[in-house]
Amino acid sequence: MSLPETLTVTLAHYLALSGVVFGIGIAVALSKRNAIAVLMGVELMLNGVNLALLAFSRFGAFAGGTEPLAGHAFVVFVLTVAAAEAAVALAMAVLVYRRRETVDLDRISLMRW
Amino acid sequence: MDSPGVVAAFWVLSALTVGSALAVFLSRNLIHAVVFLVASFLGMAGLFITLSADFIAVAQMLIYAGAVSILMVFAVMLTPLAARDNANSLFVLPGVALGAAFAAVVGYTAVNVDWPQVAGEALDARSFADTVRGIGDALLGPYLLAFEMASVLLLAALLGAIVLVREDRS
Repeated sequence: MSLPETLTVTLAHYLALSGVVFGIGIAVALSKRNAIAVLMGVELMLNGVNLALLAFSRFGAFAGGTEPLAGHAFVVFVLTVAAAEAAVALAMAVLVYRRRETVDLDRISLMRW
Repeated sequence: MDSPGVVAAFWVLSALTVGSALAVFLSRNLIHAVVFLVASFLGMAGLFITLSADFIAVAQMLIYAGAVSILMVFAVMLTPLAARDNANSLFVLPGVALGAAFAAVVGYTAVNVDWPQVAGEALDARSFADTVRGIGDALLGPYLLAFEMASVLLLAALLGAIVLVREDRS
């Protein structure tokens, strides 16, 4: 049993969805005041990228000899870097809080002219 | 990708993912934002399963929905005097405009470009029955150097986080 042509899910659907998630991540990362909330936006952006990579891995037409699972391997690296980045960034947020009693990015202006 | 179950799963999971991501932006409490972020991560893991990426979906649940979100809750709890209201800065209008513009451009491109993609029988043949073996072969074969560098990066990040937050005893 299969659905009519207009109802199938294609690569374009997944790419558009990943663009929307990435855009929401941009909006969160740029407009939040709390450093931890900014980090949430960054994680959303990384998630959108992962979705695009996996969608290309599933649907993309590859030249001969190209491994479709390369997209999955790349996502593993993105997950690794995201975990490392989250650990260091949150440690920095805690450190800034300890020095200045705030994680409000509008008030951390020590290096601003 | 034209069985009714997959299509329904795609739309339900994308609604969950996008709705929770929007709730991260809109919620008025930082802890609520973390909870919505976890819901968004779980919806994204479901979407990974519809792409037959089983290993990545489980890794997403473990690393993002489990570890990273717990780390964020800890960071919120370790900054008790900081504002919890998830407020926007003065940059909110340019930020939202840039995010909407990016989503519009990517959506337009995704719909209008004729992507070189497989369909029909070839797509069914691509429904990776066994991704773990393939990912392992890729990580320890062509991407061995990147794999080792990732392990060094994780070690450096681990030590860096410990050094950064260590109390100075002097």
